[in-house]
Amino acid sequence: MSQQGFRPQAFRDPAAAQRLIAAAKAAVAEPVAIMEFCGGHTHAIMRFGLRDALAPEVRLLSGPGCPVCVTDDADIDLAIALASLPDVTVATFGDMIRVPGTGGSLADARARGASVEIVYSALDALDLARNQPGANIVMLGIGFETTAPTIAAAVRVAADEGLANFCVLSLHKLTPPAMRAILDGGVVRVDGVLGPGHVTAITGSDAWSFLPERYGVPCAVSGFEPLDILLSVRDLAVALAEERPAVINAYRRSVTGQGNLVARQLMDEVFVLGDARWRGLGVIPASGLDLAPAYAAYDARNRSAIELPPAGAGPHARGCRCGDVLRGVIAPPECPLFGRACTPAKPVGPCMVSAEGACAAYYRYGRSPS
Amino acid sequence: MGDTVLLAHGSGGLLARELLDDLFLRYLGDDELHALEDAAVLSPIDGRLALTTDSYVVQPLFFPGGDIGKLAVCGTVNDLAMRGAVPLYLTAGFILEEGLPMADLERVVASMAATAREADVRIVAGDTKVVGRGAADRLFINTAGVGIVPPGIHISARNARPGDQILVSGAVGDHGLAIMTQRHGLRFESPIQSDCAPLSGLVQAMLAVCPGVHVLRDATRGGLAAVLNEIAGQSRVGITVHEEAIVVHEAVSAACELLGLDPLYAANEGKLVAIVPPDAASTLLEVMRAHPLGAEATIIGEVQAAHPGAVVLRTAFGTQRLLDMPAGELLPRIC
Amino acid sequence: MCLAVPMRIESIQGTQALVDMGGVRREISLILTPEAREGDYVLIHTGFAISVLDEQEARETLALFAELEEASRELDRAEGREP
Repeated sequence: MSQQGFRPQAFRDPAAAQRLIAAAKAAVAEPVAIMEFCGGHTHAIMRFGLRDALAPEVRLLSGPGCPVCVTDDADIDLAIALASLPDVTVATFGDMIRVPGTGGSLADARARGASVEIVYSALDALDLARNQPGANIVMLGIGFETTAPTIAAAVRVAADEGLANFCVLSLHKLTPPAMRAILDGGVVRVDGVLGPGHVTAITGSDAWSFLPERYGVPCAVSGFEPLDILLSVRDLAVALAEERPAVINAYRRSVTGQGNLVARQLMDEVFVLGDARWRGLGVIPASGLDLAPAYAAYDARNRSAIELPPAGAGPHARGCRCGDVLRGVIAPPECPLFGRACTPAKPVGPCMVSAEGACAAYYRYGRSPS
Repeated sequence: MGDTVLLAHGSGGLLARELLDDLFLRYLGDDELHALEDAAVLSPIDGRLALTTDSYVVQPLFFPGGDIGKLAVCGTVNDLAMRGAVPLYLTAGFILEEGLPMADLERVVASMAATAREADVRIVAGDTKVVGRGAADRLFINTAGVGIVPPGIHISARNARPGDQILVSGAVGDHGLAIMTQRHGLRFESPIQSDCAPLSGLVQAMLAVCPGVHVLRDATRGGLAAVLNEIAGQSRVGITVHEEAIVVHEAVSAACELLGLDPLYAANEGKLVAIVPPDAASTLLEVMRAHPLGAEATIIGEVQAAHPGAVVLRTAFGTQRLLDMPAGELLPRIC
Repeated sequence: MCLAVPMRIESIQGTQALVDMGGVRREISLILTPEAREGDYVLIHTGFAISVLDEQEARETLALFAELEEASRELDRAEGREP
């Protein structure tokens, strides 16, 4: 197939978009609320103006799908504390560098002399470890099921090589528990779920069967181009109109029912389930990934004697409502700090720092000129 | 001359003189420089002087399509050109880190000399200091530039008026992505080259057909988005640009998709934004396209009275959104 | 968690592959997709291929969009609107 078939442009035709928008609106008898659990969707929806285009018949809600946004203060503080140790270098994806904990961000720490490197891949962090035998490299493991397997792969490579100066601070979290927390919470009405396409490339679309089966809510697994998203929204609208909750795979070129078995197996080997604290949602049991006992030597938590007070008790910037934004309770402009004390240039909470945080997306793409 | 820069090279003694003779003066061949006086005394200038200063601290020193030396000359020349000035003289002050390989310094200076010749500008004064290891990041360059603004030329970021057309001299994002793909351990192979170039020739060609150009700005740090926002703010006007009219090279677009970046925020070092009276736009476009540095020039939008200070982007997808000032450093993301 | 882009595998060396998109190339890991072959398109996320793209499915999705666009033009014609 020519490269044209996989180029973004192929999935951005405005005329087809208009058709899908019209079809979605026509399908529903009464307004429906669809929640997405992926910051990439938040970003794309805002960038392409889909929220306004689908309103009011279809309301798009942003859920806790931004792994940076749901990272707790205490975890960021721990990463900063590690980076500030004399022979430690924290390797991180670019997304995390400006996220504030209780005392500033990794970028602030770097300005004060902490050793922090931005990497594109966990494998680059392995290279840092190989090239600097005198340094301890701590890879900051952020992300959901899309990224966790890549960190698992890096840990396996490190173990196979006996690379002693490499370890991981796992802050990985899983998507289904967040979905359950929102749906069980009952605070926000969610009629349909826009499923995270790249997470599902790993987990397989069968992983979402609990949504129709236990909650009666249809889920359409969606890609990230505007036509992908609109196709999924249309499919959800039709499923809702026909009262036919099901898992719909609307991203078939990338996603199968079973997902990526190699990746899932690697995750099962390197990680174990643990409780995790989510900003805005509190502690969710079995929602996080810790290094498995067999890989304890690569767990940064074992390597450092750093004790930090549990978060939740930490001071939250007065008025910051990231938690409510993450749960879809309020839209970003309803936060008193939005656009005033809290902007992308001087962010208070992670929803504004992360490029795919609901507040950042809304600020960049959702404000009107007037 | 040894292999590396030493503290003694900056202390005015024999080693410093050697560095001057064997390296700087070998490449920078201006008579005034060679006279080795404390100051260059130049011919009288008749007309309005334009004066600018800049410092260059880019890492890495050498990147696809250029280096810090070329950047220093182009950046200074372009600042002068953006006020319609004909660039005449440059100064170059170097702060070198002890331990800098002499070969790197030589490469940078040779590049500056070549770029100055290309830009038809004279480097007439210079200075060198050496600081201890760790006190500077390899090599910093500070410049000043002097030019002369021809009579009748009044170009300012405050001059945009409702009804004006907005032109860009070519594709955006190349410099920023050329640097980015070499940094943060990203290690992408790509054909992306910095667009670093001296724009004075292009500007002179434009002013020859339209001396009434209102605004000229080079879209450096913060990219096209930053420049448009600055102009909208300084002129107190609204700006609307059309995404489809903005040229982005395929590889730049691909690299942006890969790294989660927006090419409208990436730096350019050889592109200008021109805001011109509507009746001059198509003539200027022709003139720009006829010039090697303006071959991909397009009209990207217009100025209006509505929403003063704000820049609106009409997307290729048919929607519209605000194009804000960049929040901070351009960073790659995985989410 | 979502930034993954389709790139074409130009060559494979062990568990690494050289991939290309629009002239931008990088070495990435096939550890998570050992079944990938030269010429395949893979989704790249943080330097790893996470999924091998299904050309046939992509074609069908694009065909669906084309159908929508054609349906739109048909409707416009039927209702006497200018295309």
